[in-house]
Amino acid sequence: MANMSLKKNEMPAQDPVVRSGNFMEVALGYSKEAAVDEAKRCLNCKNKPCVGGCPVGIDIPEFIAKVAEEDFEGAYEIIARSSSLPAVCGRVCPQERQCEGKCVRGIKGEPVAIGRLERFVADWHNEHSTAEVRKPEQNGHKMAVIGAGPSGLTCAGDLARMGYDVTVYEALHLAGGVLVYGIPEFRLPKAIVQKEVDGLKAMGVKINTNIVVGRTISVDELFEMGYEAIFIGSGAGLPRFMGINGENFKGVYSANEFLTRVNLMKAYRDDSDTPIEHGRNVAVVGGGNVAMDAARCAKRLGAENVYIVYRRSEAEMPARLEEVEHAKEEGIIFKTLNNPVEILGDEHKFVNGMKCIEMELGEPDASGRRAPVEKADSEFVLDVDCVVMAIGTSPNPLIRNTTAGLETNRRGCFICDENGLTSREGVYAGGDAVTGAATVILAMGAGKTAAHAMDEYVKNKNK
Amino acid sequence: MYKIIRKKQLNPTVTLMDIEAPMVAKKAEPGQFIILRVDENGERIPLTIADFDREKGTVTIIFQIVGSTTEKLNHKNEGESLQDFVGPLGTATKTDGLKKVAVIGGGVGCAIAYPVAKKLHDLGCEVHSVVGFRNSGLVILEDEFKGVSDKLFVMTDDGSSGRKGLVTEALKELIESGEKYDEVIAIGPLIMMKFVCALTKEYGVKTTVSMNPIMIDGTGMCGGCRLTVGGETKFACVDGPDFDGHLVDFDEAMERGSMYREFERHKHEETCCLFSKEVK
Repeated sequence: MANMSLKKNEMPAQDPVVRSGNFMEVALGYSKEAAVDEAKRCLNCKNKPCVGGCPVGIDIPEFIAKVAEEDFEGAYEIIARSSSLPAVCGRVCPQERQCEGKCVRGIKGEPVAIGRLERFVADWHNEHSTAEVRKPEQNGHKMAVIGAGPSGLTCAGDLARMGYDVTVYEALHLAGGVLVYGIPEFRLPKAIVQKEVDGLKAMGVKINTNIVVGRTISVDELFEMGYEAIFIGSGAGLPRFMGINGENFKGVYSANEFLTRVNLMKAYRDDSDTPIEHGRNVAVVGGGNVAMDAARCAKRLGAENVYIVYRRSEAEMPARLEEVEHAKEEGIIFKTLNNPVEILGDEHKFVNGMKCIEMELGEPDASGRRAPVEKADSEFVLDVDCVVMAIGTSPNPLIRNTTAGLETNRRGCFICDENGLTSREGVYAGGDAVTGAATVILAMGAGKTAAHAMDEYVKNKNK
Repeated sequence: MYKIIRKKQLNPTVTLMDIEAPMVAKKAEPGQFIILRVDENGERIPLTIADFDREKGTVTIIFQIVGSTTEKLNHKNEGESLQDFVGPLGTATKTDGLKKVAVIGGGVGCAIAYPVAKKLHDLGCEVHSVVGFRNSGLVILEDEFKGVSDKLFVMTDDGSSGRKGLVTEALKELIESGEKYDEVIAIGPLIMMKFVCALTKEYGVKTTVSMNPIMIDGTGMCGGCRLTVGGETKFACVDGPDFDGHLVDFDEAMERGSMYREFERHKHEETCCLFSKEVK
């Protein structure tokens, strides 16, 4: 008999007051009992609407049934068929807009907590599994992957499982991409990412850090080195700024810089040599996950007041629901329907305020969301000494500028077919480098699709 | 890990190191830079490439001890290794079509000016070099510059070596004496580059400067290295580090460069204490 409770089992979490002073994980994960109880809420629908909401098509009811039976390893095997990074996706997927958004239980009450169950299963596996990763039999063909983020790691993992000799080239000193430089420790512990990377290495994937493709080595040189196909998962790392006055004052960061200093370089720790501004009053401009991450990092660095300044209303915020809730619990102040018009600075060019204007929602724009319109004479100054711009990123131009024959669209994204094939033979791409800034799971899905296409391509070529 | 093949103290605060980094050495060009981390908890710092040997697979860096990281770097010895070393980053200095160039170097900036002068010399360009230092004890690379310059002027603030005065004085004399340069390339402290540019603007001589702002990744990701050039925001790491000096907002660049001065001072003191304890 299904558990007919209208509410999800609650996710245990660190107390908001305590956690806003540390960088440890906020959500603590389900207990075995909570997981089994939650799994029993699944109605095991025949038409599986949730699966249609999953970008990588995990057989959700099937894995949840295994959880209900307390066969957690069995549940893991089902997820692992479709997803390479379940411990990551269980934590960072916007489930309310994907699987859970389609859940029948959500029509009356709350949907099944699919994301939390995925996380539980992955964590269970990581903690209890004794199965050693085996190095698959090699087929003697070499593949290169550019970028060790979600799409690149997924592509590399799938290719390695097929027997390819895979080398990943990463520009930074650490593999993980946005999972290590962008998403904070308190939302995605870096040990989890490291475990995934170690798993790939155990399968024989080589990860070469400190190599900037487009500078240290070119795509053409990779082909000369004998790689038969190449996957580009270079992400969307170029930060956007608003182009308003005062944006170059000291204390104005791109979210990329702010988060990289905190997450990758561990600037929050005393033993890190990387400096960061510890603002007393911090404004984060934007309404996505990155904005929430930056705001919550600023709070943890000791800020008294942290504001989210967003030009639309909360309903239009692209951030995951849970991140918005967590941010609010931690005391982040939401200044929605406000837009910065100028950043003010003192005589030494340090930020000492941000002039904003109130907005109201007008007619729907191209994105289908109601467009924000300025309210006349509503300007005011927000008292801040640090501003973080979290208004989006674009793909990095390094590879497209140094590789002949790679077509991109006007936003600088690689143009690919549905299998990730670019305009150049043997070169595939996926993730944010193709879509512009999107989600971890979409990037993973693209890495997966491309891996299969690359396999086909190499097989056909060598026939 | 990236091994230190050679270490040489150039003056009390400036050190040269050859680092084993074959892939970087293979591609390096004058004007480009690398980013390194000394150890596990180290920060990423950019240093412009001072020289490279493609055959030996080494890249030369020359750095001044200004903060905690350069202090730690200076405590590394031959045979030891650096945690990370990535590059070459940024665009190479443009040398195409140049027939006569004045290369201006200031302090440790001479380390970066030298490979540019050398490349120009090798391309058959007439090179006039003006290098400036605070005093004779700080002069570096004099012989190297001599070897690649058709004319060389060493300037010191106190006259203890070469001539007394600023690099701008020598440059002004050269221009006024009728020397016609296709371009002036100035590399040194921001304040020096600012005044060189003010001078050359007066005479209408195109001037390229090499900017070295605070940055983290060096690939265009953080935007920390942004500067205003001709009214537009540019990222030094990917758009530069070379820029048209007449368009650079030096005052803003100087302000931005001082962002972490307090942190740096504090961290440097800490590091020095640490090293002096080790010595005891």
